[in-house]
Formats: sequence, C-alpha cells, structure tokens
Amino acid sequence: MKKGRKIRVLIAKPGLDSHDRGAKVVARALRDAGMEIIYTGLRQTPEQIAETALQEDVDVIGLSILSGAHKTLFPRIMKLLKEQDLTDVMVFAGGIFPEEDMTEMKKLGIKEIFGPGTPTETIIRYVFDNLPKRS
Amino acid sequence: MTKTQDIVEGVLAGNRRSIAKAITIIENNEPEAHGLIAKIYPHTGKAHIIGLTGAGGAGKSTLIEKLVKEYRLRGKTIGVVAVDPTSPFSGGAFLGDRIRMQELCTDRDVFIRSMATRNYAGGIAKATKDAARILDAAGKDIVIVETVGAGQSEVEIIKVAQTIVVVHAPGLGDEIQAIKAGIMEIADIFVVNKADRENANKAVMDIQANLQMNSKDNPWKPPVLKTTALTGEGIPELIEKIEEHTRFLGGSLEGRRDSLRLEAETELVEAIREKVTSSLIEKLKKEGKFDELIHEIMEKKTDPASAAGKLVRKVLSNET
Repeated sequence: MKKGRKIRVLIAKPGLDSHDRGAKVVARALRDAGMEIIYTGLRQTPEQIAETALQEDVDVIGLSILSGAHKTLFPRIMKLLKEQDLTDVMVFAGGIFPEEDMTEMKKLGIKEIFGPGTPTETIIRYVFDNLPKRS
Repeated sequence: MTKTQDIVEGVLAGNRRSIAKAITIIENNEPEAHGLIAKIYPHTGKAHIIGLTGAGGAGKSTLIEKLVKEYRLRGKTIGVVAVDPTSPFSGGAFLGDRIRMQELCTDRDVFIRSMATRNYAGGIAKATKDAARILDAAGKDIVIVETVGAGQSEVEIIKVAQTIVVVHAPGLGDEIQAIKAGIMEIADIFVVNKADRENANKAVMDIQANLQMNSKDNPWKPPVLKTTALTGEGIPELIEKIEEHTRFLGGSLEGRRDSLRLEAETELVEAIREKVTSSLIEKLKKEGKFDELIHEIMEKKTDPASAAGKLVRKVLSNET
C-alpha cells in the first residue's frame, strides 16, 4: 500500500435495527488496526449509505444488521452503489442471517458475511487481504 | 494526465464523485496532487470559509447541521470538512461527525467529508485547506471546516478559515480554560451553545470578561452569542454575525488586498520551506553528509543546530 494511503471504511446500520454494540466493536477494532472509520450511526437508509460512501470515497463498507430486514435492504443498497458507480467498493455484512439467505446475499455482491462471535482479528485480516484495487 | 484532467473538470462542474476523488488524491498525497491543486487554484477564492472549533461535547456538529439547513433556506450551497484526530498509536481514526448531520446527507447541494489529521506532508492544515479549495472550486458558496480545538495543530487548521467561530457549552469543565489560549486570540465569533442550561449566562460573561482583558486594537470586536443547536434557537442570529464579519473582511479594498497578500505570502513561504527541506535532506543523504553528521551528534562531537548550520552553509556556498 502506498505511503500515506489509509483504508477508509464505512460502518453503516441500515434500517430500524437499534443494536449497535457489534457495529461499534468492529469499528473500534478496525480503527485500532490503523483504518479510518466513518461511522454514521443508526437508522440509515440505503440512499444515505450510498451517498456517504460516495462523498467519503470509502474502500470498504461494513453493513451491520440484526433485524432480519436484510432481504429488503441489501438489494436496494447494492443497486444504489451500482448506480453511483461504486462497484469497486468491497462490501461485507455483519449480524444475524439465516443460512439460506447467505448465498443470495453473496450473489448481490456482498463479499463476506460475519456472524455473531466472529473474532475481530478475522474481520481485520479479511479486510486487509481483500482490499479492492481502486483507481 | 488524463485522469487528473477528468477529475478537475468534474470538480469544476460540481460532480460529487470527482470532488470525492480529488480530496482522496490530496489526502493520500498522490503524485497527481500537486498538478490537481495547480489546476483548480485559479478557480478558488469565491467561497466563504468558516472555521468552527471548540471542545468535544460543545455541540459543534449539531450546530453545523442547523447552520447548513438555515443556509440552504437562503439558497446557499455548502461544503463541510469535519476533521478528527488520528490515533498516534494505531494510525487509525474514528470519524463520527456525520452522525449528527444525517439529515443533510441526501441534499445534493451539501457535500460532507470527514478527514483524519494523519501525518500529512505540510501538515493537516494544508490538507484541510486543499480540501476546502476543492469544494470552493466546485462552486460551494460556503465551506465549513470543523475541528476539535484541543491541540496546537487544530489551531493551525482553523486558520484556514476567514471567519473563525469558537463554540463553547456550559458545564464542559473549566469555563475559559476549556478554550485554548491560541484560539481565544484568533476567534472572530464566540458561541455559547446549549444556552438552555443554567450556567449559560455565566459562560457568556466569562468569555466577555476575558475578551476585554485581551482586547488589542482590533477593529472587529468578537461578539458572544447564545445558541441552542438542538432547537435551532440563535442560528439565524449567528448567520447574521457571520455575514457581518464577511462584509467587514471584504469592506475596504485595501483591507481585502492586505489579507489576500498575507495569505499568499504565508503559503508561499510554507511551500518553499517544505520543498527546500525535503530536497536538501535528500541531497545531503545522497552525498553521505547526513549520516556523517548524525554520527557526530550521537558521539556528542557536535549538536544538531551546529550540524544543521554547517550543512546549510556548505550547500549555499556550493550553489554560488
């Protein structure tokens, strides 16, 4: 990685789910690993997430959701990212998802899914190893 | 470079993606950074840059959100640069200022960028100034730079602004001591936010008393305003004061020319300093002189200042 280049990560909580402890734990862990974390708080709409990713020119987006609304929200988010020409951003998800939904999520373009209890080191390692090559 | 040209054209057209990419280029000090700034520089100077600083918990971000909304009602377009500290240990940063500005997020005429202080060549102040310039060139009427007024580098950051607003809130701790001395001297407007709290009036009086003690022959007397950012109270009055200060700055043609001249001079000196230092050290390292003197310093045969003097004299005499 070029000198001075920092990894910028957006940690977003889409929808009405108000459990943010996990998101904050991941945000802090990634920050302690030297990344710049843009944390936008609770109740983000897909439009807000896509717009934030655009303005902040992030490398990675971590979507945290435990409410089960991923089937509605994730497709909309991925669609907006595509419309904004942000397909080179690496998107991962954290939270609670039924096994059977995960294939669908990956098809949408969500690269990896981290369930409850995933060690933060695993997520940190994953981000470093899968950083998108951005122009 | 085609890529830089595309981005420059995008910035001048107000394209949000181009603005974002341009800021990333200067943030990362990429090779294109210099050329990018050179190309957009002629298009800057139209935006009014407002600096907003104060201790954490004073309500700066909430205040900014209300300020931006009010400016938007008046038809202005805005750029916000929110600066937060980089951890000296991990090199990472938690950039959470956007949390309080969520309602502005999807307004296409408001561009918000979070920046970490990092360890910039030229300092964070230069990087912030370049980001503000990009937003200026993109056509934003107002650029707000927000920083926590905690350290010396934050004082440097806020100097990029034309109008400096210092935000305080009652109950944050040692009233006036919470406002760093350096900030007191350069502030143009003081705001006591959370004015619904009971010590608000005392906070106002404390600041006013301090200002009287420090008053020099400054034709602009910094006012002390009260706001309650959560409800929006005091915001229109704050904007009025900012506009008044803007008029004051632009007032006399001479005054305007003087401040522009000072700005150009300061930046040129800083740019020269940076270029000379890096080129010189590179040259000295190549010639092996650098390491030689490092050893002499370590063996206490010379001290850093004398070593530097010797090196510089040698280089200057070689040039003539």
